[in-house]
Amino acid sequence: LIRLKEFIMDLMSAKMIGAGLASIALIGAGVGIGIIFGNYLAGALRNPGAAQGQFTNLLVGFALCEFTGLLGVVMAFIILFT
Amino acid sequence: LEQFEVTRIGPPLNLFGYDISFTNSALWMCIVAGSAAVLLTIGASSRRLVPTRMQSIAEMSYVFVADMIRSATGTEGLKFFPFVFTLFFFVLFANLYGMIPLGLFPPIRPFTVTSHIVVTFALAIFVFLMVIVVGVARHGLRFFAIFAPNVPIPMMIVLIPIEIVSFLSRPISLSVRLFANMLAGHTMLNVFGGFVIGLAAAGGAVSILSVAPLLAITAVSALEFLIAFLQAYVFAILTCIYLNDALHPPNH
Repeated sequence: LIRLKEFIMDLMSAKMIGAGLASIALIGAGVGIGIIFGNYLAGALRNPGAAQGQFTNLLVGFALCEFTGLLGVVMAFIILFT
Repeated sequence: LEQFEVTRIGPPLNLFGYDISFTNSALWMCIVAGSAAVLLTIGASSRRLVPTRMQSIAEMSYVFVADMIRSATGTEGLKFFPFVFTLFFFVLFANLYGMIPLGLFPPIRPFTVTSHIVVTFALAIFVFLMVIVVGVARHGLRFFAIFAPNVPIPMMIVLIPIEIVSFLSRPISLSVRLFANMLAGHTMLNVFGGFVIGLAAAGGAVSILSVAPLLAITAVSALEFLIAFLQAYVFAILTCIYLNDALHPPNH
């Protein structure tokens, strides 16, 4: 019975570690969003006239990039709360 | 986290073994749709040359969404203006109602409708099916040219499966983005709120430290308002971009 208890504790801690590992995905999303906004700003400062027209593309790129990180977050939530 | 719990309001109802009773989620959906409709109707009803405040809100939102559709799909997409406008305002109001800080009073606890994947996926799958139906109805089988980029034949063997997978994952990415943003944001506010309570309850000099998470929670709340708007915008603009595929499939 004690071994079973230990095994369950192990499973719980493994879940916690797994959820933590799943949120590593956010590193990539953070870097990606930084690159998108940084490059947009660099481009907008070089050519302010064209900046407004690309704002939609900026937000779409941001959304697509953010999604990859959010997949990791959802994975962490699934691991933690199921 | 009790703010995400779906609870039943009123009597339990059953239809063919499915539980269809009225829940707080349904109630808040009604509030969201109703208040958006009332607000815009009031705004649109005055019709003055010099607009009142409500009227200028309604006009600005009309111009905003119309510009968004025009930039993504051209003037042809304006046929879908009512659909995109409704979608945008439903998601926007749902996100903003979720930010009302009344979680301590359970009878009127605000419920973020969009923090449940059931709701967002229903919206996303509707957009997805509509794109296919509109595309096939307008262009017939030529609609499926969106799967074949303009490249040499050997590359097509690789690219066509990728295009198909990316097309099929659209409803998933559209719904998961919105739901995960709302869920993650509200969870983050909840965790920071827990820090404030925990530190304040620690007593003595430590409780002064609880000011730090309180300031953080204020900043995060401001960020959440930005995200509430941004996600509604992204949802609407991606709908427009998907519609653009249906209206103007590539010619080759």
